[in-house]
Amino acid sequence: MNSKLKDIKKIIVTKPLKLDCGKTINNFPLAYETYGKLNKNKDNAILVFHALTGDQFVSETNPITNKEGWWVTAVGPGKAIDTNKYFVICANVIGGCMGSLGPKDINSETKQPYGLDFPVITIRDMIRAQESLLDHLEIKKLLCATGGSMGGMQLLQFCSTFPDKAFSAIPIACSSSHSAQNIALNELARQAIMADPVWDKGKYFLKNVQPKNGLAVARMVGHISYLSEKGMQEKFGRKLQEKADYEFSFNADFQVESYLRHQGYAFVERFDANSILYITRAMDYFDLAKQFKGGLVEAFKGQKTKYLIISFSSDWLYTTKENKDIVIALNASGADVSYSEIITDKGHDSFLLEVPDFLKTLKSFIDSMHEKFKNEKRI
Amino acid sequence: MKNLKMKKEFKVIADLLPNNTRVLDVGCGDGSLMNLLYKKKNIEVRGLELDQNNVQQCIHKGLPVIQGDAETELHQFPNQSFDYVVLSQTLQAFYNPEKVLKELLRIGNSVIISIPNFGYWKVRVKLLFFGQMPVTKTLPNTWYNTPNLHMCTIKDLFNFCDEKNINIKKVVGVNEDKTSHIKRGNLEIKNLFSKLGIFLIG
Repeated sequence: MNSKLKDIKKIIVTKPLKLDCGKTINNFPLAYETYGKLNKNKDNAILVFHALTGDQFVSETNPITNKEGWWVTAVGPGKAIDTNKYFVICANVIGGCMGSLGPKDINSETKQPYGLDFPVITIRDMIRAQESLLDHLEIKKLLCATGGSMGGMQLLQFCSTFPDKAFSAIPIACSSSHSAQNIALNELARQAIMADPVWDKGKYFLKNVQPKNGLAVARMVGHISYLSEKGMQEKFGRKLQEKADYEFSFNADFQVESYLRHQGYAFVERFDANSILYITRAMDYFDLAKQFKGGLVEAFKGQKTKYLIISFSSDWLYTTKENKDIVIALNASGADVSYSEIITDKGHDSFLLEVPDFLKTLKSFIDSMHEKFKNEKRI
Repeated sequence: MKNLKMKKEFKVIADLLPNNTRVLDVGCGDGSLMNLLYKKKNIEVRGLELDQNNVQQCIHKGLPVIQGDAETELHQFPNQSFDYVVLSQTLQAFYNPEKVLKELLRIGNSVIISIPNFGYWKVRVKLLFFGQMPVTKTLPNTWYNTPNLHMCTIKDLFNFCDEKNINIKKVVGVNEDKTSHIKRGNLEIKNLFSKLGIFLIG
C-alpha cells in the first residue's frame, strides 16, 4: 500500500501554513486527483471536498484500494457531475492518510512517524492547505465547489475564508457547527480506538501494527449513524446471517451484525486509526459562527457565491433542521441561495447513493450555473 | 397547469414591478413568473416553493428557490429584505391567510397578491341557481378536493385591507385578456366581471 502511495499525484506546499492551534507546518505533501479536462477559459473547474473517511479518489477506480471511487454515483462521464464536461478536483485533507500530511508521516525532527505529536488540525486548516492546490492548478475561480458531510463543512469554511474563489457552492447534508450528538458519536469512535491496547497512546506504528479492533468499532459507530432507522429495518430487519436459527452464541447471528463487522474490518485495511482521531477532532471543533463576531450571518455577508443547500429527510446525523439553519443565515445575509430537501429513507449516506431526485437536482444546478458562469466570464 | 390566462396574470404582475428590483415569489411553482421577471426586467428573483418537482424545475432554469412551506417558513426572511413580495393565487389556500399576509408585508416593501375572484358572476350563478359549489377555469377543483380553504371576493379583500389599515396602491381586475383598474367607485361591477383580482398593497 505504501509503495502505491508514492505514485499518486501530490504537490509539496512550500508556503508555511499557520494552523489554528498555533503551530506552523511547511513543505508538506498534499495529495490530489483530477478527472476530466480544464478547458481554455477555465470555466469548468469543480472542487470536491471529501468526508471523514473519504479521499481524493472521487471517481473511477481508487488505485490504492482497487475499489470504486467514493462518489462514482455522482461523478464520472455522463454522471450528474459530468467529467466529459467538467474538470473535477479533489484533495486528501491534511490529517488524512491517503498521501497528504498526516499522523502516520515521518516527523522530520524525530525521524519517526508523528503519531500524537501531529498538531491538532481544524477544518479551516484543511481548506487553507487546499487553497495552495488551486494556485498550483492556476485556477482563480471555480465554477463550483461541493461536498457532503465533513465535505460540506469544509465548503462552508472555504467560501467564508476565500469569498471570491467559488462562483457557486453546493453544501450537502452538513452543518455550520457540530452538534452535541455528533460530538458524542465522534467521541465514541475515538474512545473505541483509544481503548484498544494495541493503540498504545498512538505509538502502534513503532510495532508496525494497527489497533484493528478499536478502529473497526469506530467504523461501526459511523455506519450506524449513516443509515436511517427505517432504512436499516428494511435492509436487515431481524434476518439471520446464513443460518436457520439462533446459534446461542456471540457470533454474528443477525445480518446487521455481520454487515457491521464486515464494514468495520474492511475499513482497517485502508485507514489509519490516528487519522480518525485527528479528523473527528477537526469536525468537533468546527463552529463557523464562532469565528465571526455576530454569528453565522456575518460569515456569509458580502459573498457573491450562489448556494444550493441539500438535505435528506431521513438524515439524523446532519438533520434538515441544521441544514435549514444555514439557509436562514444565508437568506439573512442577502446571499443567493437555493434549498432542497430530498425525501429518502437512505439516511445520511444518501449523498453517496443512487438517489435520483438528488442527482437530478445536483446536475440541474451545476449545468445552469455553468451557463451563468460562462456569461459572467464573457462580460 | 399554466394556461394562457395565467400568463396574462403574470404579465399584469410583471407590469406592476419596476426593473432592477428585488422580488420574492412565494409559491413560485415551476418558476415561470420568476423567469419572466428575471429575463425581461432584470429583477433579482427568489422563490419559495413546497413541491419537490417544482423546486427542481426552478433549479433547472437557474432560478434561486428555497423548498419550504409559506405557511410556516416565511420567518426565515428578514424584515424588508425585498422590494416586492408576490403571492399568486394561494392566499385562499392557507390555514391562516391573515398571518401570512402580515408576514408578506413584513418581508416586502410592497406586496402583490392575486386571488381567484369568488364574486365573479359565473361563480355566483352556479351557487345561486344550481345550488352547487362552483367549478370554473380559475376554480378547477370540487368542494372535497379543493386546496382553497378561505375563498374570498375582490370586494372582501378590498374591505379587509381597509379594516386592517393596509394601504391599497392599485387593484387590477382580469377577465380573459382584458384588464381594468378597480377602485371603490367601480368595485361592485368589477367584482362581478373579474375572474382574478391583483392587488398591489403595502
